[in-house]
Amino acid sequence: MVFLDFEQPLEKLYEQLNKIQQVGQEGELDVEPMIKELETKIKNKRKEIYGNLSGWQKVQLSRHPERPYTLYYIEQMCRKFVELHGDRYYKDDKAIVGGLGSLDGQSVMIIGHQKGVNTKMRQYRNFGMANPEGYRKALRLMKMAERFSIPVVCLIDTPGAYPGLEAEERGQAEAIARNLFEMAQLKVPIVCVVIGEGASGGAIGIGLGDRVYMMENTWYSVISPESCSSILWRSWDYKEQAAEALKLTADHMHSFGIIDGIIKEPLGGAHSAPEDMAKILKRHIKKAIAELQEMSTDELLEARIQKYSSIGVYDEVAPTEEGQ
Amino acid sequence: MGWFKRLKDGIQTATRNKKDTPEGLWYQCKSCKQTSTMKELKENHFKCPFCNYHVRIGSYDYFDLIYDGNYKILFDEYQSKDFLEFKDLKPYTERLASARKKNDVTDAITVATGKVNRKPLTIAAMDFKFIGGSMGSVVGERIARAIDYAIENRTPFMIISKSGGARMMESAFSLMQMAKTSAKLTQLAKAKLPYFSFLTDPTTGGVTASFAMLGDVNFAEPKALIGFAGPRVIKETIKRDLPEGFQTSEFLLDHGFLDFIVDRSEMKERIADLLYFFDTKD
Repeated sequence: MVFLDFEQPLEKLYEQLNKIQQVGQEGELDVEPMIKELETKIKNKRKEIYGNLSGWQKVQLSRHPERPYTLYYIEQMCRKFVELHGDRYYKDDKAIVGGLGSLDGQSVMIIGHQKGVNTKMRQYRNFGMANPEGYRKALRLMKMAERFSIPVVCLIDTPGAYPGLEAEERGQAEAIARNLFEMAQLKVPIVCVVIGEGASGGAIGIGLGDRVYMMENTWYSVISPESCSSILWRSWDYKEQAAEALKLTADHMHSFGIIDGIIKEPLGGAHSAPEDMAKILKRHIKKAIAELQEMSTDELLEARIQKYSSIGVYDEVAPTEEGQ
Repeated sequence: MGWFKRLKDGIQTATRNKKDTPEGLWYQCKSCKQTSTMKELKENHFKCPFCNYHVRIGSYDYFDLIYDGNYKILFDEYQSKDFLEFKDLKPYTERLASARKKNDVTDAITVATGKVNRKPLTIAAMDFKFIGGSMGSVVGERIARAIDYAIENRTPFMIISKSGGARMMESAFSLMQMAKTSAKLTQLAKAKLPYFSFLTDPTTGGVTASFAMLGDVNFAEPKALIGFAGPRVIKETIKRDLPEGFQTSEFLLDHGFLDFIVDRSEMKERIADLLYFFDTKD
């Protein structure tokens, strides 16, 4: 088990538990009551810690090395799945995966950022940072889904679009912009879920939809707390403050009306009970698709444009002679 | 006269003293370090008379250079507010107040409508002096309203981009303006009105990754910095030096993301040409 810094009290309790269990195995001592007591303690401690997470702690959870990624959820949710590769222009991006799956008989096009599960795979997946061909593959799959009236599901989990030299040469900005433009008018339901990190343009490049949800311990922001700290505080040391200032948690996003709902995670985070998490996620996605399928295409597109047109907070100042 | 007055009347700004152009009598070129007079610079479309460096200018300067005299400012009444109570080293409210005080524009984008060689055009022009030309809710809203105006009045639409990207102090709201502006542009496209994206120095981040790359025609001023990630970030990521001319207008033209590069002295004529070609009277 990997413990985050704020989980230290839990780690200690688990150590105690392990020792007692060992003692129990070795001797005739009845350790059962002590184990029970410790397990209750662990449960309460976990509730205590998880009931009051800061913005930065949620950022840490969203990056937990054991957190499930897109392909895990696909495998759990879909009895059948065929992965589709390539953007047909340049290559197959490994940081964005996609393909046709079936959610209890409902065909869906599932697209998502993919991070690697170990050091080697993390490099292979480029840490979930897509290049332009990743966004173009996503768009190709979405346009195909549109032709066959298949709903689109996007799972978002990226520290950002890849800031590389070749990414710029091949038009990272154009690829993201094109996706936003096309997704705004795609004639099938689009359901997006932030399952981990929702960093900036890299996230929204597959994040425009009719329903956008965030899992409980994820974040969505215009910039990562670290980069925000380095630009605005001119130092890398203010990431905690930046995370608070950016108001990037699911609770914040929901209260702002930017997302449509929060998907609860099992106590201890998605990684503590990944199978349960996948079931909860599937339930939400199925429900959203069913609701959206009730709407006509015109209604769907009208509502989608309306939804995005109304995002923004500003003052309306009456013109006066004096100015401000 | 307060600037709100101008909103009603439509204005002639040619003689106005602009705060976002170099002040004083002399101008020393940032590129070639040669000195010219402000008068020479202005007469040369704010380009260095020696090396043709395109000096960064403000929204009103572009309107003055592009429109046939009069134009009308629209949607200036929508103003940024600090709804997240964002504070880094400085509170956002202070940044806003000082940006408003220092500048003749009221946010990082200004919308105007007028005529170019007698053809109507609605323009939203960004201004780098206003918090780095950053895109927050107001930039998104003014663009959205400019698009509605263009559709209602059947005018083509142009955005002049000049921005460091999204405005961090509005967090996810500024990120969502990428989706909002792109979604609004689809309505313009459906209305069969042309959208010109004119990129100037610098155009980066969320602005490039939304409306700036979505023009029916994309064009830029010479040697402008245009990109998604900033050069410093890329350099730190790839851990080697960036090639000469990386992320310039010329680089983007070469890689197929711009239709052409236009010198500021030919800008008006080129825009007028486009308006002529696209004016097919339905």
